Amino acid sequence: MERRAKGFRKFYHRKREVRTARGRVGQTQKKNGKRRKQLRGFLWILPSFLGVMVFYLLPYGDVLRRSFLGAVDGRFVGLENYKSIFSNTAFQLAVKNTLCFTVVCIPALILLALVCAVILFRSKYGGVIKSAFLMPMALPAVSVALMWRLLFHAQGILNQWLAQLGIAGSDWMNGGQAFWVLVFSYIWKNLGYDIVLWMAGLAGISENIYEAARVDGAGEWQCFFKITLPNLKSSLYTITVLSFLNSFKVFREAYLVAGDYPHESIYMMQHLFNNWFRGFSFDKMAAAAVVESAVLLLLILLLQKAWDNKEG
Amino acid sequence: MRINATRKAKRKFHPGRIACWLLLGAFAVIALYPVFFLLAGSLMGDDELKLYLGPVISGTGGHADFPLLPLFPTLRHYVEIFLDTPEFFVMFWNSVKITFGVLLGQFLVGTMAAWGFAKYKFPGKKGFFLIYMILMLMPFQVLMLSDYLVLDWMKLTDHLWGIILPGVFSTFPVFIMYRFFTEISDSLIESAKLDGARDWQLFCHIALPMGSSGIISAMVLGFLEYWSLIEQPLTFLKDKSLFPLSIFLPDITAISKSGIAFVASVITFFPALLVFLGGQEYLEQGIMAGAVKE
Repeated sequence: MERRAKGFRKFYHRKREVRTARGRVGQTQKKNGKRRKQLRGFLWILPSFLGVMVFYLLPYGDVLRRSFLGAVDGRFVGLENYKSIFSNTAFQLAVKNTLCFTVVCIPALILLALVCAVILFRSKYGGVIKSAFLMPMALPAVSVALMWRLLFHAQGILNQWLAQLGIAGSDWMNGGQAFWVLVFSYIWKNLGYDIVLWMAGLAGISENIYEAARVDGAGEWQCFFKITLPNLKSSLYTITVLSFLNSFKVFREAYLVAGDYPHESIYMMQHLFNNWFRGFSFDKMAAAAVVESAVLLLLILLLQKAWDNKEG
Repeated sequence: MRINATRKAKRKFHPGRIACWLLLGAFAVIALYPVFFLLAGSLMGDDELKLYLGPVISGTGGHADFPLLPLFPTLRHYVEIFLDTPEFFVMFWNSVKITFGVLLGQFLVGTMAAWGFAKYKFPGKKGFFLIYMILMLMPFQVLMLSDYLVLDWMKLTDHLWGIILPGVFSTFPVFIMYRFFTEISDSLIESAKLDGARDWQLFCHIALPMGSSGIISAMVLGFLEYWSLIEQPLTFLKDKSLFPLSIFLPDITAISKSGIAFVASVITFFPALLVFLGGQEYLEQGIMAGAVKE
């Protein structure tokens, strides 16, 4: 309550300042110069901000408006669209798959990358191997898709390898395994990215702490659990957010290998949006976009808050 | 004596450590294998491709197999794609237009915005920056309909500009470059100001050269992103003559076509490989700068 009153007083005070500045131009030339300087800062971001406004913010406002309107006649329908997407089976499937994918992939990727980063960090050959891990980032999805199609076909190369080991293969892209192919493909693509992020975090830990611990007789594992992990906590937030965002791009491989209607275990949000788009179901798309952006925003803020609390 | 020596050696090469490195090596091989796979395939002739990939492509019995190196390397399919497939050039050119259009625009608009955010104070700056950061974190599917609405209003659907313009105003590069611009020391700017430098001179002679690694980082990341852009062209382009390479899905239902598919994959990969090899250091810096830690 008090803070609010303070804020209001501040606001009122500023308003009065502006009024006096307007009133006595000659006397407040200094203040005027300051304001012009402030305006100059804004001018630098103006071209970019206009573009952002036209291409992102205003149309998003329109999407928000449309999410409350009927598709055909455009009259106000309240929360009807939201209700209809939540009872839509395709939406439920896509949400379920996206959630499953996130829950499986992100911890797996982050842990694997951490292990690799710790091993690579202090070694001579770390740089070369890191390049190898980063290479998949450069490989365009179309090129990958060709290989995936030959590799994971029912008569494909992977099954040949498995047959040589005496294991029965399966039709990878047309069964529940498709989900795991996608998990593999995501980790394959993003491992290098996350290793770089972890290594940046590792580089931020001062060597002195380790030396002090070693003098006190701490073993390598103790060093890892008592020094490395606690110090990497702040990197974890960033890496989680970025890995999460990159997980949406796995649609690229899924689409190029399996098309618009893949096996239901890899039917993702992007597939759903594409199919709605083709069917001109803009009302559903609008509602789903609003819901998804709200959920994402909430998630990012929650993650940030969780980490702030831990640190503080 | 000897036992002692081996024990020492054993201690040095801890079995756990060796296992770690073996595992890591195996991962690295998996990471790189697709590159060798595509290269090898692109150098094979029809007969060899048929021998190895017949089961997948034409449905003969058994499983497909693939050697590490082609037995009879040939450039036939490269020649074929360069001489007989003009549509491939069109797609390549579309990719170039999209990628460089976006990068040029980001360079013009993005550097300025990043400079403004990094070194100026203005009312509402925090709010603007928050908007930029949130937009940077939104996946395409969330912005897909809004993108379409504005492009439709501007009559830019089914037009390369419809892909380029939203990319130009993507807020991700602004954030990356902002990170690097804030590292430029304020005292340098102050002293330049005392010497009578104007704002645009500060921008041209301090921001651009000193923040160049940030700009290059953003460009390298941008290149890799827009060179393999899929969602946007897939959604907004209907005219096949506007398709970029990144959504060119060659059909591999016949052996002769699969040879072309391999070559097309390699050629699509090649520019990205060059950028990757030349700019790996910047790529890593860019990845690190993307770390959203405020």
